[in-house]
Amino acid sequence: MNETDVVFLEGLFKKYYFEHFDLIKAPERASEREFGYQRINSGMNRHISLADDEELRLLLAQNIPSDVYCSNACYAFPAMPMKEKDWKEADLIFDIDSKDLALPCRASHTVYVCNECARASNADKCAHCGSAKTEKKSLPCDKCIDASKKEVEKLRNILTDDLGVADDMIEVYFSGNEGFHVYAFDAELQKTGSKERSQLADYIMFNGIIPETMGMKRHRPDRSLLADLGERGWRGRFARDAYGSKTGRTKAATQMKKDPDGYSKFESQLADSAGRIGVKIDPNVTTDIHRIFRMPGSINSKSGLSKIRCSRLDGFDPYAEAALLDDVPAEVSAECPVKFSLGGQKFGPYERGRITVPAYAAAYMICKKLATTA
Amino acid sequence: MLVLGQDEFAKYPFLADAGEYLKDKGFTLEQFGTDPDLRMLIDKAFERIQAAADGAIYKSELTDGKVTSEAALPREVFSFLLAIVLLKLCGMRTLFNRFALAEARRAEKYLERDLGNIADKSREDLAIRIIDDLFSVRIKRDGDDFAIPVPDYLKYSVNFYEREWKLVNRRVYGGLVYLTPHETIRLLRAELGVYIASKITRARTPQMIQGFEDHVGRLVDLAKKFATPVVYTGEYPPCIKHAIDVLERGENLPHSGRFMLGAYLLSRGQAVEDVAPLFKNAPDYNERVTLYQLNNLAGSDGGTQYSCPTCDKLRTQDLCFATSECDGITHPMQFGRKK
Repeated sequence: MNETDVVFLEGLFKKYYFEHFDLIKAPERASEREFGYQRINSGMNRHISLADDEELRLLLAQNIPSDVYCSNACYAFPAMPMKEKDWKEADLIFDIDSKDLALPCRASHTVYVCNECARASNADKCAHCGSAKTEKKSLPCDKCIDASKKEVEKLRNILTDDLGVADDMIEVYFSGNEGFHVYAFDAELQKTGSKERSQLADYIMFNGIIPETMGMKRHRPDRSLLADLGERGWRGRFARDAYGSKTGRTKAATQMKKDPDGYSKFESQLADSAGRIGVKIDPNVTTDIHRIFRMPGSINSKSGLSKIRCSRLDGFDPYAEAALLDDVPAEVSAECPVKFSLGGQKFGPYERGRITVPAYAAAYMICKKLATTA
Repeated sequence: MLVLGQDEFAKYPFLADAGEYLKDKGFTLEQFGTDPDLRMLIDKAFERIQAAADGAIYKSELTDGKVTSEAALPREVFSFLLAIVLLKLCGMRTLFNRFALAEARRAEKYLERDLGNIADKSREDLAIRIIDDLFSVRIKRDGDDFAIPVPDYLKYSVNFYEREWKLVNRRVYGGLVYLTPHETIRLLRAELGVYIASKITRARTPQMIQGFEDHVGRLVDLAKKFATPVVYTGEYPPCIKHAIDVLERGENLPHSGRFMLGAYLLSRGQAVEDVAPLFKNAPDYNERVTLYQLNNLAGSDGGTQYSCPTCDKLRTQDLCFATSECDGITHPMQFGRKK
């Protein structure tokens, strides 16, 4: 990123940290956590230990970071190198990212920025210089956010109904870019390691299911074993998705007895259902017990938006609520072939040229490499 | 502390404190080596280990969980305790593990029966208490099943590779996993084995005892047959081949795939400089970042050297492209090892 853009963004970030510090809270047991931060155009600084909110405020004021992170884990020695930290336990966190949902609308709000000529196009091959080296940038989309919210709801149900996590111990945050981070606080689950969390991730994604679990046998299937619509857990969810009604279940059971390929067809049906009823979380995030996560209230440098708490999913519009940088007019050179909404206003599309927009929208486009102050 | 009756000692001899048990019964180890009436117990102990080495379960003199005669009880307990003495004297770890697993499987049979014994509540209670005492797992009956907290279930089931043990293939409600008595005990078998193995490891190694030499020598010979030569074919597993193909085509390999590929090749002894060029075709290739990350994976700065993820984890990450050649391996590093 060029120097003038860095100065512009850091000015906005500094003001944000000064005015919105109340949104950025050091988590419980802050002194046992590892903190980290990044500045624009520079690498990650991690293995930092902070005692409380005051030290965090100092770190933000002195460094004006573009991104601030805090470990999900608690350690005996958080500032030591990884193998000497002495891991105690870690918050259980799930990441739902709309890009993983692969919705058909995706192409309509994705732009490609060329690594060679820095111009933006609608296709993965640069329309201006023909280079194939382009970076994908996705812009806000209501459909993607609504679909992500549905995934959050599905996850919340599984956490409470199946895994016994208390509803008031689940916190949902807009990630500051394209998805949600869901924190599930449970004293026993906090102690689980990476392998255990991998099983939890598979459970939540409905991954690795075998037909026998749903009552289908390879030889001599028995209709009475088939999952029923009223059952709890995955058996009930699958039955409701696959059969729809009691009659549907009876039909499927009759068909199953007759069909010599019944078992393999059932496997395909499970895979189909998994796409609908499994929750699309990123398993790498859930299984990582040494990860540093973007801090609630901090800025996401991929967008200039903030990671904010979402108390009610219904009616929550992250692109209106998370655009918390200054709204003073800012002039930038922009090229954005797709329109987008931010902070309750509509922007774009912009052909290459100078425009004046609120600073948060300018920051958003600069972070996406679609504009520059130069 | 569990208070056990004589039948319980016969079923679960590993719960007995060896030293105290012998002292209570008024015996010393030396007597077993020299007294002709007691020497047959060393034979029995040897048979117990041999059965374990053959993958069999030692046949107890118990009927319906009770000792068949007054004399059978000491035979059951002594043969177990003397087996530990023989194992310590021969020092062959491969036999320790096989013996521990076989004894766990033997005890599992009794624990399962006790746990599923609806007619005798005291036997069910005893099994529940043993599980709580040994493994700190609190299970409770729910109809015909037992409910175990999800974190406890995960702790023990993660070591199972059969798909039916994956959490997603279990009945899970309200933070509990529901299991039959058989499944409950099967879940804890390996842990029972670990408990028995730790009991053997912790036991003091005595000086060679007169009358034990012959059995100890035979155990050393027995252990030798378990040494298996391993040959490496040098082929890459399909997950690694796939990742290399993706990069060679200039397509994007996700971060998890790059981690797998880097960690695998570095664990196979390749140098960072040899691995880095593989990533050159990646659409977002950056030499500095690639070298930094590979050095990090290799633990070059004195940090942890990361290992390649297990097959199970790769399946979760959609990075597994198993073929018949994988032949039931659980880790990509095992690919191509022919025994």
